[in-house]
Amino acid sequence: MPYSVELLNITKRFARTIANDNVTLKVTAGSIHALVGENGAGKTTLMETLYGLYQPDAGKIRIHEKEVGIKSPHDSIKLGIGMVHQHFMLVPKLTVLENIVLGAETTKNLFLDLKKTTTEISALAERFSLSVPLNERVEDIGVGVQQRVEILKAIYRKADILILDEPTAVLTPQETTRLFKILSELNQQGNTIVLITHKLNEVMAISHRVSVMRKGRIVGELETSKTTPQEIAQMMVGRPVLLNIEKPERKITPSRLFIRNLNYVDRRGVAALNDVSFEVASGEILGIAGIEGNGQSQLVECLTGLLKPTSGSIKIGNTELVGLNPRQIFSHGFAHVPEDRIKRGLIIDFSIEENLILGMHIRFSRTFLMKRNEIRQNAKLMTERFDIRPANPSIHARGLSGGNQQKVIMARELSRNAEVIIASQPTRGVDIGGIEFIHRSLISARDSGKAIVLVSADLNEILSLSDRIAVMYSGRIVKIFPDNRVDENELGLYMTGSKGNETRQALAP
Amino acid sequence: MKLGKHLLHRRVSLPLILEHPITQNFLIPILAVVLSFAVGAIFIVVVGQNPAEVYSILFSQTLGSSYGIGQLLFKSTPLIFTGLSVALCFRAGLFNIGAEGQLQIGAFVTALVGMKTFGVPSYLEIPLLILSGMVGGGMWGFIPGYLKAKVGAHEVINTIMLNFIAAALISYFVTNIYNVPATVHTPPISPAGILPRFDKFIPGFEGSPVNFSIFVALIAAVLVWCYVDRTRFGYELRGVGFNPKAAEYGGISVSKNIVLSMTLGGAIAGLVGTNFVMGYKYYFEEGFSSGTGFMGIAVALLGLNNPFGVVLAALLFGMLDYGGLVINTMVPKELVSILQAIVIIFVISSNRIFRGIVVNYLKKRKLVVSEE
Repeated sequence: MPYSVELLNITKRFARTIANDNVTLKVTAGSIHALVGENGAGKTTLMETLYGLYQPDAGKIRIHEKEVGIKSPHDSIKLGIGMVHQHFMLVPKLTVLENIVLGAETTKNLFLDLKKTTTEISALAERFSLSVPLNERVEDIGVGVQQRVEILKAIYRKADILILDEPTAVLTPQETTRLFKILSELNQQGNTIVLITHKLNEVMAISHRVSVMRKGRIVGELETSKTTPQEIAQMMVGRPVLLNIEKPERKITPSRLFIRNLNYVDRRGVAALNDVSFEVASGEILGIAGIEGNGQSQLVECLTGLLKPTSGSIKIGNTELVGLNPRQIFSHGFAHVPEDRIKRGLIIDFSIEENLILGMHIRFSRTFLMKRNEIRQNAKLMTERFDIRPANPSIHARGLSGGNQQKVIMARELSRNAEVIIASQPTRGVDIGGIEFIHRSLISARDSGKAIVLVSADLNEILSLSDRIAVMYSGRIVKIFPDNRVDENELGLYMTGSKGNETRQALAP
Repeated sequence: MKLGKHLLHRRVSLPLILEHPITQNFLIPILAVVLSFAVGAIFIVVVGQNPAEVYSILFSQTLGSSYGIGQLLFKSTPLIFTGLSVALCFRAGLFNIGAEGQLQIGAFVTALVGMKTFGVPSYLEIPLLILSGMVGGGMWGFIPGYLKAKVGAHEVINTIMLNFIAAALISYFVTNIYNVPATVHTPPISPAGILPRFDKFIPGFEGSPVNFSIFVALIAAVLVWCYVDRTRFGYELRGVGFNPKAAEYGGISVSKNIVLSMTLGGAIAGLVGTNFVMGYKYYFEEGFSSGTGFMGIAVALLGLNNPFGVVLAALLFGMLDYGGLVINTMVPKELVSILQAIVIIFVISSNRIFRGIVVNYLKKRKLVVSEE
């Protein structure tokens, strides 16, 4: 079998770290090759090197059995390489058609020949069942469609080697299924596909071969049909990992947190939250599923005092919390793991020890002066208990990996001794080892009697941790499932609004 | 293998020297100053003088005699105040261009209170006048802080505008209401409010107006350091400066801290009056400051917004200020302004420039292959 892509002994260094250390990766022509590994393992760097965004410090690249020099994406596109980045590279104000042709325009007498292009693109789209509305603006279409636009863009540039970086991170189960169909179709017509992912079920579902990266090296290459998720996970982390978290039965307790008819209308007059009501009991995890942007962020910010709801009530026991500021809400027994750790959760130019007391800094000071010894003690305890690395409390949070930054936040929020924990996307961008740890922390917090609201775009996370599952769509809670024995596809139907008109449903367990 | 590992270690860690606090906080600023003197030498040659000679006079006349040192300290004192003012606001993420206006108002209020409080004993009068300066300057810092916090008006625009308003207001009062006829200065303050000059105690300083306000400045530096780096208010201030959204998340009021920081910044700038009004002329005179507030920005930059760095930077700029007068006979005094400007440019760009130079050097020797 010939190879489409051969990356031979690629080494890429950044100032402090080796992102790729003598990496060799060979992709058979016409195959789907999964590239898996934890965050920071070097997958994206390797693929961006192939795409010409980085120059390797050492090593060779061969495409279709010929050695090539790729200096920029311009070169790689000419060689038939297309890349769909994790964050789409589309111009929101331009139409789908304009985005597709951007940089590869067909012109007639100095003018864009849109007629000809439209026919060409429609034909392409039909061939690969990549239907997209060509004349709509990109800002008006959903992420799933945007992704199809990215794929179409690559194919329009005659790519026969397609790299996709974490393509399912933003998709619903239905959209994922559809994407995989498209990828299979592309593959059957002779295209080679490299799929960067950390979701092992996807690897199993679609790839022919899988390469595992750890700390900048390839640690194994396996034939997908002859391996198991456990084996891959162990290779990724370097030790056995529990993929499915064990969780004891929940004890039925009365509700502790009461949300009633919460509304939030944002500055543009859009109702981001529409009559949201639910309850959470001590000792349970209520999972809130939904595609991002359906009001989850606003819900979390209303619950934590960062936004003031337009109307409605949030009560802990009998105490009304609407109108209180974040500090007062913390003091009523709340903890909050925010969805965006860099923007909200951490002050990255603060040291680890300073970050570990954010929101508790009054507790750690006298009238004026900070209690430096206690802050240091606290940091030592936390770095040890939560295995934060490096375990040097005086270095800046900026210098930590994503997983360790998240551990700092988890450590801080769990050390508040709160009654209610609002955790939003707690494992986003965290590697498998870190995810396992964070999940275990949440479960043990639940078992010690905390009421937990878990907002996550990751359905597996919702399904494996939650005791009950609420689905948000378009600012509403469209369904509350009384347990977590829910079919993913059914959940998907609620998440996309295809189902869910029940007006009355049980709010509490 | 052993050799390989060793090489690898060197390759990765050498650029880290650049990140070391000593390099960042001392070596790079010092190198920037040395380099700017080197570039300044070119200008000296252009005007037909010998740089070595000019510089040796510059240094010997400022650092070589107690009179010179006295002059240097006198020139540095207001720069410490304004540098601290700008630096404190910087740490809260605010760009205070209004130190000039704040110091004018502060000094004027000091003089005003001083001339109305004859008969108060020294141990009350001195604290009272110091406090008056802080209140005046603080008020002038509060306004842009409040506007920023409440309506989001940018502090840069407002502090600039308030500089003009301060100048116009003071001009009106000093020429029309509180002036000694035919002058642009106020009547003298109560003698009880005078901060003594050093030459009263040490004859070597004879003729130099350096006075006890330098101690006020040094105490202010220590207090600012303590406030910013050791208190919970400083924790909040720095949090807001680094990341207001995360500060808000942590229960810190962003608007309160903006108002507080601008007010404190103004209060510190308002202390400039201790040097001129309480320590030198004993009255307020229109136009006494000549841009000290703006120099404070340069001082804060060179001092890396650290209070002790600010003191060192203020001493350097104070030396250049006085040094300009010393070498005036040999080269145009504008040369010193050029030198000050070059220092600022080098300090601002030094980190990048030196990083580039060092990385290039390492690359040539194959010690570092790539840079992020």
